[in-house]
Amino acid sequence: MTYIVQDIPVAAQAPPPRPSGVIGWLKANLFNGITSTILTLLCVALFAIAIPPVIRWGLIDAIWQAPNGPACHGNGACWAFIGEKFRFILFGFFPVAETWRPIVVVGIFLLMIIASCNRRMWGRRLGILWILGLFVVFALMRGGFAGMSQVETAQWSGLPLTLILAVVGMLFGFPFGVLLALGRRSKLPAVRAICVGYIELIRGVPLITLLFMASLMLPLFLPAGVTIDKLVRAQVAFILFAGAYLAEVVRGGLQAIPRGQIEAADALGLSYIQRTRLIVLPQALSMVIPPLVNTFIGIFKDTALVIIISLFDLLTMAETSLTDANWQGFYVEAYIFVGVIYWSFCFFMSRYSQLLEREFNRGKRR
Amino acid sequence: MSDSKPSSAPMIELQAVNKWYGEFHVLRDINLQVARGEKVVVCGPSGSGKSTMIRCINRLEEHQQGRITVAGIELNADLKNIDAVRREVGMVFQQFNLFPHLTVLQNLTLAPIWVRKLPKKEAEETARYYLERVRIPDQADKYPGQLSGGQQQRVAIARSLCMKPEIMLFDEPTSALDPEMIKEVLDVMVGLAEEGMTMVCVTHEMGFARTVADMMVFMDRGEVIERAPPKDFFANPKSDRTRAFLSQILAH
Amino acid sequence: MASEEAFLRTAPARPAPWRDPKIRAVAYQVAFVGGLVALVAFVIHNLLGNIGRQNIATGFGFLGREAAFGIGESLIEYSPADTYARAFLVGLTNTLHVAALGVIFATILGTVMGLARLSSNWLVAKLARVYVETFRNVPLTLQLFFWWGLLNKMSPGPRQAWQILPDVFVSNRGIVYPVPFANPAYWWVAAAFLIGLVVTIGFGRWAKRRQIATGQQLPTGWVALALIVGLPLVVFFGFGAPLALDVPSLQGFNFSGGSSMSPEFAALLLGLVIYTGTFIAEIVRAGILAVSWGQSEAAMALGLRSGQRMRLVVLPQALRVIVPPLTSQYLSLTKNSSLAVIIGFPDLVSIANTTMNQTGQAIEGIAMIMAVYLFLSLSISFAMNIYNRAVAMVER
Repeated sequence: MTYIVQDIPVAAQAPPPRPSGVIGWLKANLFNGITSTILTLLCVALFAIAIPPVIRWGLIDAIWQAPNGPACHGNGACWAFIGEKFRFILFGFFPVAETWRPIVVVGIFLLMIIASCNRRMWGRRLGILWILGLFVVFALMRGGFAGMSQVETAQWSGLPLTLILAVVGMLFGFPFGVLLALGRRSKLPAVRAICVGYIELIRGVPLITLLFMASLMLPLFLPAGVTIDKLVRAQVAFILFAGAYLAEVVRGGLQAIPRGQIEAADALGLSYIQRTRLIVLPQALSMVIPPLVNTFIGIFKDTALVIIISLFDLLTMAETSLTDANWQGFYVEAYIFVGVIYWSFCFFMSRYSQLLEREFNRGKRR
Repeated sequence: MSDSKPSSAPMIELQAVNKWYGEFHVLRDINLQVARGEKVVVCGPSGSGKSTMIRCINRLEEHQQGRITVAGIELNADLKNIDAVRREVGMVFQQFNLFPHLTVLQNLTLAPIWVRKLPKKEAEETARYYLERVRIPDQADKYPGQLSGGQQQRVAIARSLCMKPEIMLFDEPTSALDPEMIKEVLDVMVGLAEEGMTMVCVTHEMGFARTVADMMVFMDRGEVIERAPPKDFFANPKSDRTRAFLSQILAH
Repeated sequence: MASEEAFLRTAPARPAPWRDPKIRAVAYQVAFVGGLVALVAFVIHNLLGNIGRQNIATGFGFLGREAAFGIGESLIEYSPADTYARAFLVGLTNTLHVAALGVIFATILGTVMGLARLSSNWLVAKLARVYVETFRNVPLTLQLFFWWGLLNKMSPGPRQAWQILPDVFVSNRGIVYPVPFANPAYWWVAAAFLIGLVVTIGFGRWAKRRQIATGQQLPTGWVALALIVGLPLVVFFGFGAPLALDVPSLQGFNFSGGSSMSPEFAALLLGLVIYTGTFIAEIVRAGILAVSWGQSEAAMALGLRSGQRMRLVVLPQALRVIVPPLTSQYLSLTKNSSLAVIIGFPDLVSIANTTMNQTGQAIEGIAMIMAVYLFLSLSISFAMNIYNRAVAMVER
């Protein structure tokens, strides 16, 4: 039964010298064990085989200036092709003289997206901002006033078209999705059955079929003499599609609301609409913002499908640029150019959504 | 009060143990001996390294300097030694850590079957015996998710006991429980103590400590500050820091 | 008194009709359904009018007519003289073919990459991360164009074909690779494999019973290896190791011998596998991370070794988290195979498209496509619900 008393505090010492610095890090992360060492060597070998040819092709042997296609074919990439075609790929058939208009449109979209990331904007202000922004976008694209020439929707193409399809699809699909989600959870069997049926139908079929349906069948559903713009047809397909997927996302949020919230609202005498609008939806929607952003990323990528129905979005413009008789065969350059644009949008949006998710989880942990 | 006399060779011995998390010196020159049958209660403010210390005893944490010997086996990087030590040392966690995809009975028989290589029948008999000991024999076929916190922790104790360990480690076993369930778990631990199990327990339950402990160990900021039998520890703490801690903990 | 008691015993009076919740519920539903019915009626009215005006044929009779178009590749016999129905069947088998292979390879790639992301080797983890981030953020359509461009338009003619592996050539006619000549020995090897499989299963069962009875653990892993790999190898060598390969060789303008894969099929499969693999990698990674570290610690404290820990504690819990999103990725891959139409692979949608162009019967064509995909989706969802219910962890 020995006592021990140690009133003199033991000073903190430095940890024993581990191999630190670069060597230490290498040992710990790349060479810790036999399998690890073998893997590291394999990866390094892979780099040695793959990277130099790519750098040679993309940078060293690349041709940056050329008057036409045949002069640009060499061992390396032909970035002169991009220099020649980038305006065409980005803005398509829009009149060249007024290219400033689609540039401003893309700028407006970027600004609105960045503004939406600011937490303080969330709420009704954001909805109004987007609607105003879209209004300006449509006005600029259409023109026909203030000295701007009128441009038909058939000529809207490239990046602005991609953004319009994705954004309008989400913007209109969102309230539609909320209604579907509420309907799916309704106690009225007829409403519930129809909402479930719609959601499962749209989610069960490929987007291509919806685009076909919109472009081939929608004209048949309208009264004689009523024509519908091709862009509008595609837009309707995206809205119907987005609505079903967003409905499932919102449903997840609705399911996470504790019963007690609804009971408290009822006890206070709120009607169904009041309770939904004031209590349930604000909580549900704020919970599902990361999946909402992910859905937007998905829809943004899906806009590339409109090549099927001959709408000239960004990818279709890239394909079209490859048909120029003077500039044949620069597939890789074109796809890389367009790929980088898509990738940038999607990558940064997905990082943002991961950031949101981390913050949300941090708030949840007690 | 335990009435078993601790025998001579120490079951657990920590000699000049130092551990760092990166640059942070979390265990500073720890010296500790636990004899067979001895019950040691470790207390101290949060961040003092008590959990880290007992987790070093079954190698859930690695120490960088010093020597740890458990039941005669030295704890180092040798996997065989680590496996041998873990077979003899049972651990009960603050968060229970029961396996949710297995029934209570399966939780208890998993290690005896796969580590001690017992036939299923024998493992189940032992399991049912210990379930009886922790007073929940009728929950054998339920899943952990269906039990209350106190029941889950008692199952966790039974799970460790099924391996018939020489030493039992408790890492704040009642801290995650609602107050009304703490007593049922402490009762089980008192029963274990009375049978002569060697125990090292990190806890804030001073009533339990007074009843069961042979030795109180107070840790603060990574060092062992004071070590004394409970009678002297509570009545006459020698160090200022011990006094300060006790005055906070025993205030109500 | 008596009359008061009698009053209390009767049910409360129903409120006025317009305040009665039950009647209101019925009224709302009638209004909702009624509105929808009116909309549908309006649409059908327009539809019939337009059909009449534009002289569009209706009905599924066209399925019996001769298709009169060729199909590039098919798993079953087909010629342009066959019916549209048969053409649809060809499309369906092509879709299922590419979807099945896609699911298998995407799962393998995704699992490997998901585990690689969790590796303690920094280089491996980073490379896996680069793979996921690169191919996840680019539209699948673009990726398909890229692979198809590479395999179809940028690859040289057969005479200057690229050789990526010994005897494997890539040209704009497709990928040709050697296949072994059919040899009776292979049937024996296959038989040996099946026998090995059956005996392994039986041994596994017997070993389990033995473990339950006596606690003794038998080396089922090694036995399985010996039987499933070793036995067929022994048979193979017993027959003199016949490995005569039908090697593709350039004969004139094209390759003969060996087996080939069209550029469209190869591009579609490559694109689908690489794209879906990224999502599967993230799902696998999330599933393993979802199992709390405390579970591994408890297993370690009980003395379980790392292999046992993985098998008995971590993996069962991880699979429950992995399987639901995994099946929805399988569904997604199947739906994405419909993109075949943009690179000219004759899948269901592509053939339906050709049919619709020829017959003008868009409605029937689209309805058929949707019906097939809906059936596939619902079957997969149904199977997954059964799995979920079977392994759901029981809670209060």
